[in-house]
Amino acid sequence: MNEGPLSPDILFHLGPVPIARQVVTTWGVGLFLLLLGMLAFGPAGARYPRLRAAVELLVEFERAQLRAVLQEDADRYLPFLGSLFLFLLCSNLLGIIPGLAPPTAHPETPAALALLVFLLVHIEGLRVRGILGHLQEYLRPNILLLPIHIVSELSRTFALAVRLFGNIASHELVIGVLLSIAGLLVPVPFLLLSILIGLVQAYIFTILATVFLAAAIGRAAEGEAPEEGT
Amino acid sequence: MNLEIVSVFGAAFAVGLGSIGPALGEGRALAAAMDAIARQPEAAGTLTRTLFVGLAMIETMAIYCLVIALLLLYANPYVG
Repeated sequence: MNEGPLSPDILFHLGPVPIARQVVTTWGVGLFLLLLGMLAFGPAGARYPRLRAAVELLVEFERAQLRAVLQEDADRYLPFLGSLFLFLLCSNLLGIIPGLAPPTAHPETPAALALLVFLLVHIEGLRVRGILGHLQEYLRPNILLLPIHIVSELSRTFALAVRLFGNIASHELVIGVLLSIAGLLVPVPFLLLSILIGLVQAYIFTILATVFLAAAIGRAAEGEAPEEGT
Repeated sequence: MNLEIVSVFGAAFAVGLGSIGPALGEGRALAAAMDAIARQPEAAGTLTRTLFVGLAMIETMAIYCLVIALLLLYANPYVG
């Protein structure tokens, strides 16, 4: 009963701060991405042309996706949103490596990432439109709608975190249950499905962050996805 | 019936009933997207991106139910 996805898994204490397993995993993911970037684009980069081409392919894909929503602003936000996507991709896919658990299957990591997205959206909204311009958005079309705007702002950030956590955690649970009732080969197709879910959730988290950002800086492309998440 | 059994029933009903609506909604959205892609295959890229974002929005409802169920099972504030 107490082994659920909602209870943190404390590994050790760093002074008064408890360090959970997910935190260590996210350090590992960060180090892995740093190493990947250094190997592909650092001074030794010329020695790994295939790795560099693969990473470039990935970054070009991200840039194309961002450009479809943000248009000419895409390159400015590519470092943050692209890293977010790569981080989520690695984190979500950790579940298929034996002995590791995706850090996004606990509520803390998605909550932290959603908070980062929330801060980014508002800081950029304030920077691009100015304080008045940014606040005016919340009084449109009428001042009576201000509470609804505030609620929608908070709930969509909450939903961003809960969506990621729920999808990854529920799939971990499903695989756990399958393992306990049917032994060897039955969970394999579900592990394959978990790769798909990890990919799609990383993509959705990033593209939703992009859409929120585009709405905040006033560059929502026409016919784009709804900006108000619930 | 004590509180723990009620919580288990609550969790089961939350997931079971809560996934009906999103399932119907996602089915409709997917059918509409298929229809649109069949009529206009060149717009498949935009449609797919919008579809994924829309499906994520619909799916959030089911995920809320799941979170309620998880809370009831693992972090129930009323069971000691």
